[in-house]
Amino acid sequence: MAVPDTVAARRRATTAPPTVTAGTRRRPSRRDAAYWLYLVPGAILFLLVIGGPLVYTGYLSLTRWSGVGDPTFIGLDNYRDLLHDDVFWTSFKNTLAMIVAMVLLPTLIGLVLAAVLFDTIGRRFRPRTAAALRAAFYLPQVLPVVVAGIVWGWILRPDGAFNGLLDSVGLGSLRHDWLGDPDTALPVVMAVMIWVQLGYPVVVFMAALERIDPELYEAAEIDGAGWWRRFRAITLPQIRPETFVVGLTCTIAAMKVFGPIYALTRGGPENATNVPSYFAYYTFFKKLHVGYGSAISMVLTLIIVVVSVLFIRAQNRAERRDGGL
Amino acid sequence: MAATLTPTAATRRAPDRHHRGVARWIVLALVTAAALAMLVPFAFMLLNAFKSPGDYSTNGPLSWPSEFYTKGLRTYWEQVDFPLKLWNSVLIAGSVAVLAVLVSLLNAYALGVGRVRGRLWIIGLFLLANMIPQESLIYPLYHLAKEAGLYNTRLAVIIIFTVIQSAFGTYLLASVLGTFPRTLLEAAALDGAGKWRILWRVVLPNLRPTLSVLLVFFFIWTWNEFLIPLVMLIDNQTQTVPVALASLQGDRLMDAPTTNAGALLSLVPAILFFLIFQRTLARGITAGADK
Repeated sequence: MAVPDTVAARRRATTAPPTVTAGTRRRPSRRDAAYWLYLVPGAILFLLVIGGPLVYTGYLSLTRWSGVGDPTFIGLDNYRDLLHDDVFWTSFKNTLAMIVAMVLLPTLIGLVLAAVLFDTIGRRFRPRTAAALRAAFYLPQVLPVVVAGIVWGWILRPDGAFNGLLDSVGLGSLRHDWLGDPDTALPVVMAVMIWVQLGYPVVVFMAALERIDPELYEAAEIDGAGWWRRFRAITLPQIRPETFVVGLTCTIAAMKVFGPIYALTRGGPENATNVPSYFAYYTFFKKLHVGYGSAISMVLTLIIVVVSVLFIRAQNRAERRDGGL
Repeated sequence: MAATLTPTAATRRAPDRHHRGVARWIVLALVTAAALAMLVPFAFMLLNAFKSPGDYSTNGPLSWPSEFYTKGLRTYWEQVDFPLKLWNSVLIAGSVAVLAVLVSLLNAYALGVGRVRGRLWIIGLFLLANMIPQESLIYPLYHLAKEAGLYNTRLAVIIIFTVIQSAFGTYLLASVLGTFPRTLLEAAALDGAGKWRILWRVVLPNLRPTLSVLLVFFFIWTWNEFLIPLVMLIDNQTQTVPVALASLQGDRLMDAPTTNAGALLSLVPAILFFLIFQRTLARGITAGADK
């Protein structure tokens, strides 16, 4: 195969020498045109499945429509209604709870767990032990979250395993309909989300720790720095890029969370666990208020984009500051 | 600080070491307990998947099954036609993985190697597509699918997820290909290879590890997807494994042992992927985090 290749190359080199010499500077602009062809399938699919539908949802958010017949244009009425809709405000307040349960707490716990697994267990025991423990934390991340949600839903039912567990340890007086009571449903859903999410930061941070030069730790140890001092002075600053990635991806996931809510509570009881994406789904397909559901989706989309841009900007600023030092 | 601390640290080292010898076992015990706590829900599920409904209602969720009862598993298997659900999931996730990698590769070739004009904006657009919630696409997609006669078909879900996954793939691969060694490309061009040939003969072989990671991720992500399959696939012939379980949730036929048996069956494939691809997954998560 190599022989015809070189022959062809030589032939081209002799027939068209100018491209090699004179063409070097002009090459980029000539390349442009042909490479566009490779974007064609992707671009068509993108417009069909993402671009078009997104714009159409934007248009629908300005209409009243039940899904049949023609949409009626009503301007910004849907958005005005949203401002006075208690469910809408509750759902966004619950998004904050989801950010606590899916970003803040998993990142903090994950940081400590990863450091302990890497430092204490990976080094002072066998690395295999650390890998096995890591797998246990990561397992919920690879499962269909809806299926995990259904198992949890059963565990937390009045006749489920959690109440059974309380009984068996003599705390039967605490038996409760955990997901059926508006006061306990949200904290319990948050606890399940921590369980779902925890493995991701653990795995990412453990990989990040492998990157750090062990000499930094050795030097600090010789200087007499304890575990906590080394964690704060070396580990945290060194893995900041990964912390940003985990923070951003988990924040986006928290704002979009749908499956676990669907499986655990369907937003109930009394909207205590409703979130924007479930609220939108319900408005689209159960209440058939397509325009209103579109408005909810557009607000959610806008918030996610703004938060992401702020996040990325903050990261860039932090990187620049580090570079300056 | 280093200079003043060194002597004291040296003398304090010995007890510190000794202390750590005990402490490390305590740490190991604590972390192991936490890891086991993560697995408790699976233990509950296993315990109750092999229990008869009568056993469950008299002895509760924590008792050891009085007999090895597999009828719950069989009931669920037959009731939802589980092999068909498995096939639907494999077909959808498999097609999406292959097609999305292909589309990502083509896009990224134009953006990363071709450096077409305005590529930063295009990459930004793909990044944006990753962020937006599926709710902001779902109704038009649902409507469009109905108009096109693709509603309740696996093809509709395959097309949609090919695009959604390739948005991420394009973003990732474009930056990987941005750093692709120019000398390799130029050497191939000098040998007379056209762009098409360079893509398949030079770029693809060099990218194979990254592409295989993407393939695995797309497969698992699509397998676990819920909202779009829930909306698009409404009957027994087309539903995926997670949707089948969720649509039976709350059904009167689904007593606690059957629910657990169904959940167990639905989790087995995912756990198998996890065991098979564990190393790929670990590599992929790291690659994703670097970006």
